[in-house]
Amino acid sequence: MRYLPHSPQDRETMLAAIGVNSIDDLFAEIPQSVRIKDGFGLPNHATELEVDRYFRKQSDKNLAASGAAFFIGGGAYRHHVPATVDHLIQRSEFLTAYTPYQPEISQGTLQTLFEFQTQVAQLYDMEIANASMYDGSTGTGEAVLMAHRATKRKKAIVSGGVHPQYIEVIENLSDFGSKQVVKLPATPQALGKAEIEKIIAQLDTETSCVVVQTPNFFGELSDFTALADAVHAVKALLIVVVTEIVSLGAVKAPGTMGADIVVGEGQSIGVGLNFGGPYVGLFATTKKLLRQMPGRVCGQTVDADGKRGFVLTMSTREQHIRREKATSNICTNAGLCTLAFTIHMALLGEVGLRKMAMSSHNGAVALAERLAKINNIDVLTTSFFNEFTIRLNGHNANDIVNALAAQNILAGLPVSRLLPHGDNDNLLIIAVTETNTDEDFDLLETALKGAMA
Amino acid sequence: MNEKTTNKMNNVGRPSAPNQAESASEQIESASKHPTFTGNKALQINEPLLYEVGSIGQTGVDIATPRDIKTNRLGGLDRTTEIGLYGLSEPETMRHYVRLSQKNFAIDMAMYPLGSCTMKHNPRINEKIARLPGLADVHPLQPQQTVTGAIEVIETLAEWLMKLTGMAAVAMSPKAGAHGELCGMMAIEAALRARYEQGSETKKRTKVLIPESAHGTNPATAVFVGYQVVTIKTRDDGTVDPKDIKAALNDEIAAIMLTNPNTCGLFERDIMEIADAVHDAGAFFYCDGANFNAIMGRAKPGDLGVDAMHINLHKTFSTPHGGGGPGAGPVVLSEALAKFAPVPFVKRQGDRVTLVEHTENTASFGRMTAFHGQMGMNTRALAYILSHGQDGIKQAAEDAVLNANYIKAKLKDVMTPAFEEQSAGFKRPAMHEALFTDDFLKDTGITTLDFAKAMIDEGFHPMTMYFPLVVHGAMLIEPTESESKASLDLFIATMRDLALSAKNKQTNRFLGAPFHAPMKRLDETLAARKPILKWQKPQPQAEAAE
Ligand SMILES: Cc1ncc(COP(=O)(O)O)c(C=O)c1O
Repeated sequence: MRYLPHSPQDRETMLAAIGVNSIDDLFAEIPQSVRIKDGFGLPNHATELEVDRYFRKQSDKNLAASGAAFFIGGGAYRHHVPATVDHLIQRSEFLTAYTPYQPEISQGTLQTLFEFQTQVAQLYDMEIANASMYDGSTGTGEAVLMAHRATKRKKAIVSGGVHPQYIEVIENLSDFGSKQVVKLPATPQALGKAEIEKIIAQLDTETSCVVVQTPNFFGELSDFTALADAVHAVKALLIVVVTEIVSLGAVKAPGTMGADIVVGEGQSIGVGLNFGGPYVGLFATTKKLLRQMPGRVCGQTVDADGKRGFVLTMSTREQHIRREKATSNICTNAGLCTLAFTIHMALLGEVGLRKMAMSSHNGAVALAERLAKINNIDVLTTSFFNEFTIRLNGHNANDIVNALAAQNILAGLPVSRLLPHGDNDNLLIIAVTETNTDEDFDLLETALKGAMA
Repeated sequence: MNEKTTNKMNNVGRPSAPNQAESASEQIESASKHPTFTGNKALQINEPLLYEVGSIGQTGVDIATPRDIKTNRLGGLDRTTEIGLYGLSEPETMRHYVRLSQKNFAIDMAMYPLGSCTMKHNPRINEKIARLPGLADVHPLQPQQTVTGAIEVIETLAEWLMKLTGMAAVAMSPKAGAHGELCGMMAIEAALRARYEQGSETKKRTKVLIPESAHGTNPATAVFVGYQVVTIKTRDDGTVDPKDIKAALNDEIAAIMLTNPNTCGLFERDIMEIADAVHDAGAFFYCDGANFNAIMGRAKPGDLGVDAMHINLHKTFSTPHGGGGPGAGPVVLSEALAKFAPVPFVKRQGDRVTLVEHTENTASFGRMTAFHGQMGMNTRALAYILSHGQDGIKQAAEDAVLNANYIKAKLKDVMTPAFEEQSAGFKRPAMHEALFTDDFLKDTGITTLDFAKAMIDEGFHPMTMYFPLVVHGAMLIEPTESESKASLDLFIATMRDLALSAKNKQTNRFLGAPFHAPMKRLDETLAARKPILKWQKPQPQAEAAE
């Protein structure tokens, strides 16, 4: 087996040095009755070529985004990731290191984490950020738990504009210890200003936090400044979720609106679609709440020569020190995906991110205008970044998406895929990024016209 | 260097000219340390922060000009103020991150015997196939008929994991070991809740038994799921005594979280008796499977009485550790817990595979994460598993155990193996890691930390230190199956040399080590006392000097 260096002779020599007769002696503690004798009826080892062939076969069965006119968003977005990013993250020194427990020989990872935390804090306009969560959804669940700890209350009010699967994660994590989740209706019409007024009316001194999202699941942008004031008036916390980080190259930051915790998905930058994971959870908050924050944090310090360096710090919040009193059980986090994010963001810089954002936004505006002209299509979203919801009057969005997929057009996300019980079978969410060409737009427009006829 | 200058250096970050931050006298003083104009040392090139080498105006990406539109539709929410992001051109980016990478230790360079982390070789075929467009460039919410090949990969990996562990089901969405623990404990909670709701049990179970040797994620997870932790002590031989478990079991106990092989690198030899006792008391057995590498192919957790166990794909199945992640933590479940598994899960009907994404008409406890989990880790782990096959997997476990025992045998006369004396008569083999205490450093003035830092100078990554908590000054060495005999022999010779130095009180080799790493020891107390967690634009020089 190509990964195992020992020769049979080596193994004999080593067994002799240990002073046992056979390898079985080293497994003597495993009860006789459960020792495996004849394998599992599974294949034996395979050559690299065989493994390669198997995965190519599996890959070829799928319709890759790059082989389609692609318009799906809903919390994961297709952006172009420069080749430099993938090269750098595959360097042995980054790829095959682990958590930087020994800072003297981990400054590469630590310094990039410090850069990452700075970028995230800047993008969100927040005071501090951690070194990543698993992804946006788990980060959001933890943000709610953090708010409960910080306020010593147990009620979260969750906007219907939050990604439905994020809400499911919040609910799942809130199942224990009489935590309460108040969910608002998830329809495009119920959201925006109307919903904010409703939330404000429900705020009370039991409320630990309000969770909102911008752009929301349907694509609509909102200003939460007034909401933040109302939330703070009852000493609760405002959690703002951002699933499309590129939006912050064009849109006012949650921190600027008064958020206490900002949490979201960083997948758009550097990471790629990956069929849903691994992604990278971004998590930022205020200095005041630092000690309640989950996850690792990298901080600046000096070495014995007075030279600036970086270490993991504030670990008295974490499971390896605090055990049952930790702020979270997270240990391994998004590691290499934070590196990919940092490198891609460094390549973009302020100028590049803003241009990428405008390219995505303007494309979405142009496409929305074209689709609005099609008979029986209504564009429901008024202000948006790169994603908007359309209603296909008299048609089932899922059926249309399936029909178009057969023509290599991945037309968007039917709302009913994630919200199967609403009155929303005719709603389709369409996302546009800088990767979409005019030809993609033509294909989608023509196919939709055909399907709607 | 006086304190004032130290502060100044930190505040200004990158000097705008070489050595500018140091006064002339200090330059002379430090000349022996940094005998170059730039402060670099040949291949060791200093690299400031992105924010000290880049600028707001620079970019390394060409993006097509945005389409013309009449008015934007941002609803007046335009970001009008500067974000503050800094950019670099492409060649500058390459250099910045290549230089930073060179300040990292990695498996690909040398032995990385970090106990409990299974730092084994990361095959590059795994990286290659994970990037195939049909597996990497697919969206989690594409119509399922356009991603059957990807769903089948999840299904195939799931089958291997169930067969290797002898368990009835597996939840594939947890994103790391700790997330897997959460998943397993949630499944247990759901099963107990169902019992309670059906009236077959009238008292709520509120407590979880956890041995003191457990990893910190275990108690943290139990609390996450609303349980109180009851700590079980470790007996003198490093394992859990079934008598202690039996004494602690009652109708308030929901589960035990037991690591096997445990964090002392030992097989819990009474595990089946413990499992029976736990089940007899109506509780469940969660097994922390972080150390599955030691027994895969030789024993199935299902046969040992386990109800739920996470598998760290980034440990046992070699998906790269990536500087701290991403990982993946699939959880195998027993018959009793299978139906409570989280969504999504794979369902096969004839030759049709689908992902079930909603809990309706299931007993599923809900959703752990958006989408379907760590697909990119699943592909890599399956590539590793197919490459090994059932014969290679068994051989890998055997070599991992052989290597750990070889290290223990060759070091036991100069270092102090944990629990050796207590195992009267019968010398117990280690599993895949060898645990030592700091007894051999007694009266030398050298600590486990000092010893570890001296290993850095010798070109090794230190072992895990001060974990598990049940022995003094723990040193947990996990070589993995990837090390050749020559590599192990060099490691052993080095450790012997260090141990003898320590015994001879040659403290200067240890105190203040490492001496040859890119950095000297870092001041962790300062970092925690005055947290600086992001870069901030330096104040103008005049103010900074105050
Ligand atoms: C024994 C043990 N349990 C649990 C974990 C947690 O796993 P992860 O870091 O993947 O969350 C680890 C590793 O870090 C471990 O060593």
